[in-house]
Amino acid sequence: MSPRNFWPLVALAALIVFNLVFTTGFARLEFRDGRLFGALVDIFQNGAPVMLLAVGMTLVIALGGIDLSVGSVMALAGAVAALLMTEQAQPVPLSVAAALGTALVIGALNGALVTYGGIQPIIVTLVTLVMGRGLAQALTQDQKVRFENPAFEFLGNGTVVGLPVPVLIVATVFVLVALLLRKTATGLYIEATGGNPQAARLCGLRVHTIQMTAYMASGLCAGLAGLIAAADIKEADVANSGLYLELDAILAVVLGGTSLTGGRANLVGSIIGATFIQTLTIMLQMRGVITEHTLIIKAIVALGVCFMQTAAFERMVRRFRPAEGA
Amino acid sequence: MNFLRKHVTVLAGVLAYVLLYAAAALRYDGFFSLPIFINFLSNNAVLGIVAVGMTFVILSGGIDLSVGAVMSFSSVLIGVLVMDHHWNVFAAIGVALACGTTLGALLGTIIHTTGIKPFIVTLAGMFFVRGLAFIIHLESIAIVDPRHTAIAITRIGSLPLTAVLFLAFVAIGWYVAVFTPFGRNVYALGGGEEAALLMGLPVKRTRIAVYALSGFCASFAGAVLTFYLSSGSHLEGVGMELDAIATVVIGGTLLAGGVGSVFGTLVGVLMLGLVLTSITTYEGMLSSGLTRVAIGALLLGFVLMQKLLTRRIVGVGRAT
Repeated sequence: MSPRNFWPLVALAALIVFNLVFTTGFARLEFRDGRLFGALVDIFQNGAPVMLLAVGMTLVIALGGIDLSVGSVMALAGAVAALLMTEQAQPVPLSVAAALGTALVIGALNGALVTYGGIQPIIVTLVTLVMGRGLAQALTQDQKVRFENPAFEFLGNGTVVGLPVPVLIVATVFVLVALLLRKTATGLYIEATGGNPQAARLCGLRVHTIQMTAYMASGLCAGLAGLIAAADIKEADVANSGLYLELDAILAVVLGGTSLTGGRANLVGSIIGATFIQTLTIMLQMRGVITEHTLIIKAIVALGVCFMQTAAFERMVRRFRPAEGA
Repeated sequence: MNFLRKHVTVLAGVLAYVLLYAAAALRYDGFFSLPIFINFLSNNAVLGIVAVGMTFVILSGGIDLSVGAVMSFSSVLIGVLVMDHHWNVFAAIGVALACGTTLGALLGTIIHTTGIKPFIVTLAGMFFVRGLAFIIHLESIAIVDPRHTAIAITRIGSLPLTAVLFLAFVAIGWYVAVFTPFGRNVYALGGGEEAALLMGLPVKRTRIAVYALSGFCASFAGAVLTFYLSSGSHLEGVGMELDAIATVVIGGTLLAGGVGSVFGTLVGVLMLGLVLTSITTYEGMLSSGLTRVAIGALLLGFVLMQKLLTRRIVGVGRAT
């Protein structure tokens, strides 16, 4: 574990210890029907979508970009898969492939408009945020699409040797992306492009290709997250699936130490960040805070963490440091 | 020629609007009439008022993603104060405006003093304000109040009050942007922060004021929304930030800041209204989902057009 993950881990450990001591029922773990149940399992089970989003978002943010469309892509992917299975009676593998393909297309659209169109990432992905959910609503005619399909539901709540499938999917994606970042030159290219696109281009990097790849990867991760979310509740809920999750994903990445200005990618940190956020969410749920109210707490945490990365915070710390010594 | 260079993006918007309106008038019977045009003004008054504030933010080189949430918060607050606490309508609106303005000023202060990107701060602001709105009232609230209804049905000449308020915001906004020192500071800030600082302009005060103004406009739009819907609603305003940005961009204001006008935003609002009304009412495509897709596509088209125009004619196209 690299030293830069020290503070995120400390924060996560502090939050978990706080909960183990003060939140009743948090520590309870049961083994029932061949799988584990309990709050600690829920963190990973329910947190899988945010973890996937955070993995994709890490790549985009490391490039100095942002992807606000992830929540909508989740809704769209879920809707596509559910509609193909129910109305078209297509087999599960084809439905899954079509949903992931759709997510990939949205990611490619984001990437193309950012890199070839020269439009700011925030505007591009804000547009696809609205269009993606709009498209999902139009496809499903604003209805929730319910389905019964054991093979597909396995994605959301199945287990393999006692481990929930969503967790295994996250682990697989994480390992693949981590290998891509650390064992090939891709990670270096992404960080170089994020640090200074002009310089990267002059060094002969294919900046366009790198940006396209990152946005497509983010789209694909979001699509996968959407499938898990839909499989988990056995319906595609276009109005609520992935709603407000873009902030969670950005927050996870920033918590993990990836700078919003680009040029640095910390995948392990993002996973720790996502775990922190999910622990926070479950803690607030168990303490009876209404979902809508947790938005306030998350917004404050997000701003606080962003603030800790700024030059203004460094100046403030430096001003206080001599006083500590005196 | 100088005038043309300066206003090319706005002129392109006006031209596009005239052409589209002409096409629609040829296609649909009775489209080219005063009542229809007045409908455009009053139906889009809420969005228009938000967009006037957003114009200043974008002119200054920033962005405000919290407007939809602030508008919705303001409408719910007015609803709660009038219905649950039996306040006078005007007092309730006053409190809502004060809250919206304070929230905006707070966001502006955070943006300026910490240097965190505006979109992150206002995105967090959006979640914060949505949460606040749910704290003061968990559900949308119907407003049944004789005084409130009396204001809602007021007409001035043949214009509904909402349309008059919208036009007043555009007129005042235009005056402030063009003829006041504050307006010039906003343009200078959007043109280049460093240059503005070196010129000795009050950059901090201007930036905070811009976001406060946007918060004020958004909360005022919330008040207008209560007249329009007779309720304070949590559901309205989701995705409104995109609509507001779209109208500002369609109206020819550059997303990079420093170029554009409030008049352009009026054109942008009318354009968006025209396109949406033609699609939904006249073509009979009532799906709200497809409407959102249409808005997104329209915005993308205009942003790309801006890129081309500014690169070719004005020469201010900047690397992003």
